[in-house]
Amino acid sequence: MSAIALRRRTLPGFGLTMGLTLSWLSVIILIPLAGLFLKSLELSPEQFWNILSSRRTLNALRVSFGLAFAAACVNLVMGSIIVWALVRYRFPGRRLFDAIVDVPFALPTAVAGVALTALFAEKGWLGAPLAAAGIKVAFTPVGIFVAMIFIGIPFVVRTVEPVLQDLDPEIEEAAGSLGASRWQTIIRVILPSLGPALLTGLALAFARAVGEYGSVIFIAGNLPNVSEIAPLLIVIRLSEFRYADATAIAVVMLVVSFVIIFAVNRLQRWAQSRIPVR
Amino acid sequence: MTIEVRNLVKKFGSFAALDGVDLKVDNGELLALLGPSGSGKTTLLRIIAGLDWPDSGEVSFNGEDALAQGARERHVGFVFQHYALFRHMTVFENVAFGLRVQPRAVRKEEAAIRARVKELLDLVQLDWLADRYPSQLSGGQRQRIALARALAIEPRILLLDEPFGALDAKVRKELRKWLRSLHHEINVTSIFVTHDQEEALEVANRVVVMDKGRIEQIGSPDDVYESPATAFVHGFIGESIELPVRIADGMVRFGDRPLALAADGLVPGASRLFVRRHDMLVGPPGSGAFEGAVQQVRNFGPVQRAEVELAGGETIEIDAPRDKELRAGDAIGLQPRRYRIFAG
Repeated sequence: MSAIALRRRTLPGFGLTMGLTLSWLSVIILIPLAGLFLKSLELSPEQFWNILSSRRTLNALRVSFGLAFAAACVNLVMGSIIVWALVRYRFPGRRLFDAIVDVPFALPTAVAGVALTALFAEKGWLGAPLAAAGIKVAFTPVGIFVAMIFIGIPFVVRTVEPVLQDLDPEIEEAAGSLGASRWQTIIRVILPSLGPALLTGLALAFARAVGEYGSVIFIAGNLPNVSEIAPLLIVIRLSEFRYADATAIAVVMLVVSFVIIFAVNRLQRWAQSRIPVR
Repeated sequence: MTIEVRNLVKKFGSFAALDGVDLKVDNGELLALLGPSGSGKTTLLRIIAGLDWPDSGEVSFNGEDALAQGARERHVGFVFQHYALFRHMTVFENVAFGLRVQPRAVRKEEAAIRARVKELLDLVQLDWLADRYPSQLSGGQRQRIALARALAIEPRILLLDEPFGALDAKVRKELRKWLRSLHHEINVTSIFVTHDQEEALEVANRVVVMDKGRIEQIGSPDDVYESPATAFVHGFIGESIELPVRIADGMVRFGDRPLALAADGLVPGASRLFVRRHDMLVGPPGSGAFEGAVQQVRNFGPVQRAEVELAGGETIEIDAPRDKELRAGDAIGLQPRRYRIFAG
């Protein structure tokens, strides 16, 4: 069956589209990345190791990946709640809120950074009451965390939205009439159905936060070892003409990001395989 | 379990889905709610299940107020038209769901749950599908699994919302028979909603005919078919011929012709005459209340269906036995063997 289907398609064009896909991906993604790896080869393994194991590099990587993951988790929870409200309820201003979710997509990240910094600075609208409570946000790692949450939220909402719209409310009624509590319905029925979409949203929000530069550098304070993100450290090394150092850090970020995204992808596949398509 | 519904009213905006409904369901009954779409039958079922709430009125189970309880506490099995199976769970886990979510204090042990699910899958004759996912089943199989899932919690009442509505004709017929015998076996008080009169008459012990949020008639399948209480019921159940008539001077008039039909006890004024197609007897011209000319004849299984233009203007379809000789162009007389006249 499948062999015949392969030979006789209604729309020919496998060769053409496959060729275009491969050359495009090569030009746009693979060749620049290969260049990155080649550049890092100028370093001896020992030099490479020394750069990476320096305290400043390790701290920058820790700040970037650690906070990005934490922000993605917050976005997963809050994004799920937001998408639930937007999909399941009809309330005045729903369309407006729906549009607001997309703002972080479109806003230049530098603008977002300046706005968040002004808001959370010690004299800012939110910064002042928080400072009174002893919490400093701007110019600390907390500020980075806030900026990463800001830019990641639409990824979770927009990935989960279509799947939730597809989920029939009758499913919840069925669970309820079978004796499940609201909580049991969420845990046993709704979340597993949304699982793959939630994982995708998490991965996207995480990837975006790891790569974020513009908004973070304004609010971070950029103190080495404390609130310095890895992308900033790369820029600093470049401005010092230490190109090999910059590429070494970049390569590590690339590999770690790839491994994490790949792992999430596999996890998502596995979750998807447990929900055969209708 | 008996169910009693008193003066139930439910409005969606200005549309009255239920407009004062009273209903009593006896223990162990298999009741059909029959009506066209928009008649309020599904709304009534959902209120009994606790999935919807009335604006006013009462619902009680065995005399105790059911509206004080949510769907979860009512212990009602509900079967949805589109199955509403959990697609990320196997058939086995779908059926086990109601047992697994019970509070820890009353929850059965794993072995007992497995045994009960096995028993239910045997009951619906689908034990060999236990490890499949719902998407791998046919429509009829899915609905049987949905039924097994609803029965797992040993419901006090079983409610089915158009259970066979999404299935093709052959599977519907099989499942109807099967539902009847299943009800006979488990004998739980059951209500099912349908817009298919054949289904209601074939499966139910008692039929409730609804229209526009009100109950038109409650009775056995024979009652509602043989002695419809209202014009709506006569028109909705069975194929009926409907003719406009006038009652005047103790006579039934069709157009300007008086008909040789008894008009005793009828209210003077505009009325409608209802006759079943097979209750119009064909004779030679002048032999019956109506005169007409045959336009067309088609054979239909055991009967032949003739299109007849009546003297007086209306064209009707009648069913006559196959051995009666009828040809297009014949002039015939027609006498209703049984008929009903409703005012209005």
